[in-house]
Amino acid sequence: MRGQVPRKTILSFIGPAVLGLAIVGIAPLLYAIWTSLHFYNLTQLRRVEFIGLQNYWDVLTDDAFWQAMSRTFFLLGTALPLQIALGLGIALVLHQPGLTILKTLARLSLVLPMATTYAVVGLLGQVMFNQKFGVVNQLMGGADINWIGDPQNAFMMIIFWDVWQWTPFVALVLLAGLTMVPGEIEEAARLETKSKWTVLRYVQLPFLLPGLVAVLILRTADTLKLFDMVFTLTRGGPGASTEFISLLIQRVGFRAFDQGLASAQAIILLIVTIVLAQIYIRVFYKEV
Amino acid sequence: MTSTRSLWSQIALLAIIIAICVFPFYWMVTTSLKTQVVALEAPPVWLFEPTLNNYREALFEDGVLRTLMNSLIIAVCTTLLALILGVPAAFALARFEFRGKKDLWFWFITNRMVSPIVLALPFFLIARNLGLLDKHITLILIYLTFNLPIVIWIVTDQFRGIPYDLDEAARLEGASQFTIMRKICLPLAMPGVAVSAIFSFIFSWNELMFGLVLTRSEAKTAPAMAVSFMEGYNLPYGKIMATSTLIVIPVLIFALIASKQLVRGLTMGAVK
Repeated sequence: MRGQVPRKTILSFIGPAVLGLAIVGIAPLLYAIWTSLHFYNLTQLRRVEFIGLQNYWDVLTDDAFWQAMSRTFFLLGTALPLQIALGLGIALVLHQPGLTILKTLARLSLVLPMATTYAVVGLLGQVMFNQKFGVVNQLMGGADINWIGDPQNAFMMIIFWDVWQWTPFVALVLLAGLTMVPGEIEEAARLETKSKWTVLRYVQLPFLLPGLVAVLILRTADTLKLFDMVFTLTRGGPGASTEFISLLIQRVGFRAFDQGLASAQAIILLIVTIVLAQIYIRVFYKEV
Repeated sequence: MTSTRSLWSQIALLAIIIAICVFPFYWMVTTSLKTQVVALEAPPVWLFEPTLNNYREALFEDGVLRTLMNSLIIAVCTTLLALILGVPAAFALARFEFRGKKDLWFWFITNRMVSPIVLALPFFLIARNLGLLDKHITLILIYLTFNLPIVIWIVTDQFRGIPYDLDEAARLEGASQFTIMRKICLPLAMPGVAVSAIFSFIFSWNELMFGLVLTRSEAKTAPAMAVSFMEGYNLPYGKIMATSTLIVIPVLIFALIASKQLVRGLTMGAVK
């Protein structure tokens, strides 16, 4: 009979992992909750005192917090449609028959941006988008654009790198979906109609949907996590123009040293994440 | 006629895709071979006399070599630990029925989605109180928060694909569950174990924020080192790109090895 195993055996298999993850994953969260209920500034450690929900109230009435949140979702709202449109285009090109060697080469080069250390992407951005000796301005015909020092340009630069790094991911996910379409069905459809759009909409789209939903949810989570690349590229600046939620929390906690307030922000972010993860599970992992 | 034209436009599109993906790496490597004077030329020069000076200085004078070693030690240890803890758990999730299995699964998924800054705050305070700042072991343990879920995920998936009859036969001969896992299922699950190890290595190696917050000098990781070059006015761009190249090359090699499974790993198995 499948699965009938004594409890002791189950515990000995699963216990170490659960214990390990509890120590590194849950204990710190409990500590963060404790911190968030206190006045806890690293420069005034003698004055640590319980202040109830004051930090949460401060966060929820703080413009900087809401601006960082809406900036984060604005980034998602601009970068993700670009990634999906470009990714779909790339997937469709790669899905066409022929040119096998060139396509293998293209697929391998798509792997590179995804694996690149996020911090290195930011450093590359500093070099390539420099106003004076950057290659981007040179390639734009000797333009003199201040990318890093101008709020709007800096935001566009972040969008560019996010799109550069994650469009390949979207493309490969959608390509995996396209290869799931049974060959006979696709051929039959192509005999019926000449319109590529009709084939895409009625034949291929149903196979792309699971991948698209996965992309949507993972990109949402990753944008909430976004830190390394922006930190090395703009440190959230100029001003607060590229200060996304994880950067705001880092600044409050480690540069303004207000661990209490930062912990409250982190807990609120965690709640948002858990709600999203719930959706994730509902949609994908029903089978378990 | 039309087909030749569409063939050429296809070739052009593919060339553009490859160029956009690869160009930043080309620029990174060439900049790393420039002297500071050449690197700061405006507009940038494409042809110049390459020098390995940046690498020599970065590695041996600024201590990048040591930070690379730190990153290597930390990434390898955390990967091994994640495998030791994760493989048996994956086996249990794939083979046993028990209460709370769904909740456990959900918990593992949530861990993949939590922003590291949420954990970085309490980790910093705890590590400071316990005198664990700037120690390898701290990062090794913390990276489990994302490595363990990945290992469990991919390996569970792999174990599920192994026919149950094999276990059954071994059990009739009196083998314990542990023996079944080790002698029968694990060898068959090796591809999944290898892929999850590569993922765990890549994520640990690439990580910046924890390294930045929790290390100073002794356990400083390579990405944190690269960032610390970014202070001051006259930035050593060649050296920064040399360090970046050294960081990126091992990851790219691993990623190309695991390229077929990359999408599956990044979507946690949602897309096969």
